[in-house]
Amino acid sequence: MGLISAVSSLANPARFSAFAGRALPWLAGATALTLAAGLYLGLFVAPADYQQGETVRIMFLHVPSAWLGMMAYVVMAVASLGVLVWKHPMADVSAKAAAPLGAAFTFLALAPGSLWGKPMWGTWWVWDARLTSFLILFLMYLGLMALRSAMEEPSRAAKACAILTLVGSINIPIVKFSVDWWNTLHQPASVIRAGKPAMDPSILVPLLVCAVGFTLLFVTLHLAAMRTELVRRRLRTLRITAASAAALAAEPAE
Amino acid sequence: MTSPHAALLSRDLALARGGGAGLGLVFFLLVVTLTPFAVGPDLALLRRIGPAILWLGALLATLLGLDRLLQADHEDGGLDLIHLAPAPLETMVATKILAHWLTTGLPLVLAAPLFGVMLDLGPAALGKTALALLVGTPALASLGAVGAALTVGLRRGGLLVPVLILPLAIPTLIFGVAASDPARDGFGPLGALAGLTLGYMVLGPIAAAAALRALRE
Repeated sequence: MGLISAVSSLANPARFSAFAGRALPWLAGATALTLAAGLYLGLFVAPADYQQGETVRIMFLHVPSAWLGMMAYVVMAVASLGVLVWKHPMADVSAKAAAPLGAAFTFLALAPGSLWGKPMWGTWWVWDARLTSFLILFLMYLGLMALRSAMEEPSRAAKACAILTLVGSINIPIVKFSVDWWNTLHQPASVIRAGKPAMDPSILVPLLVCAVGFTLLFVTLHLAAMRTELVRRRLRTLRITAASAAALAAEPAE
Repeated sequence: MTSPHAALLSRDLALARGGGAGLGLVFFLLVVTLTPFAVGPDLALLRRIGPAILWLGALLATLLGLDRLLQADHEDGGLDLIHLAPAPLETMVATKILAHWLTTGLPLVLAAPLFGVMLDLGPAALGKTALALLVGTPALASLGAVGAALTVGLRRGGLLVPVLILPLAIPTLIFGVAASDPARDGFGPLGALAGLTLGYMVLGPIAAAAALRALRE
């Protein structure tokens, strides 16, 4: 019960801001340490692949980004449920802050993946099932951000984006399944990924450290973005109040 | 006494008869016409990619009228009457989707065999493409209604709807083109397409109605 009440007390924006302000330096420090350790292990300690050579090190950036690109959507889907079911303003703040982060991590997975593809597959881009579904996920993030930026009123934008996020979350498994099916129809997957070898601990450990570092980075950026968004909303309310107060004060003078 | 659904359907059909219904068809023909200019007039190639061209044309033509689907009602107050109608908003939205499909989707299905002949498609491919379009275009209309409902009243709604909806329409496109392939036997892709359509026909009205309710609050 103690944990639940501690978490639900953070639903209060003022308390959340205070908590985020105190937690952010620690989180940022932990992120820097873990990422530095993970990247050092990945870039210098881990052995080069006997087939792929040094390019295998791209994986330590590429794979955690891909995980977080998907995790951000899960965060948004849960937050969207919060918007529609409990109508809680903090849920929308969380969903709004997660969208650009998700788009950025998805891009971070796509771009190094493409750089990795050039030496490995001989081409910058293949219409591989995973690449294609990630590109679609990236496009969905962009669509959500476009919808959000097209709406001026935050409460309406919150509901519209929540509905679109949930429709998308129903669709993502369907897209994933149909793209896999389409891909096997057009090209055998074995050409690209010749079986998945069991991962050696010398590679797995740096990868996991990197994954933890990236997750901490996401949490840090997400908290910071939520805090900024709260300040932005308060500023908007203050401006509107000031403007209406000025209008009211001007009226009797006529 | 007419039911609210019948009244809405006959009103939307009458409005479409007034103009605009044929425009989607002309756009569809234009897409089919432009493709040979882009890829060359090689009939063997056109025959091979014909179903894909027809599907892309249908997809784009379905998107055309979407920004007006609910926007016009929003502007003339019809949307408020739909909210007040003695029927669930979801089924009223479903009626609007049906009217939209009857005036834009169905003409595309009927015209597809004709335009397919221009792309040198064989009789089997023509039949399969028309059948796949008949099964698949309601899914596009239902998804499109979600985009239309989300963007009602926005200044940039016209460009936003395709950006929101096209990624969601990819499964329909994949299975639609597969179901149009004359070299494939069996009803696997067509069955999957029908399943997608049934799913989106449920999801579309519910999500669109939720978006319309959010607009009024």
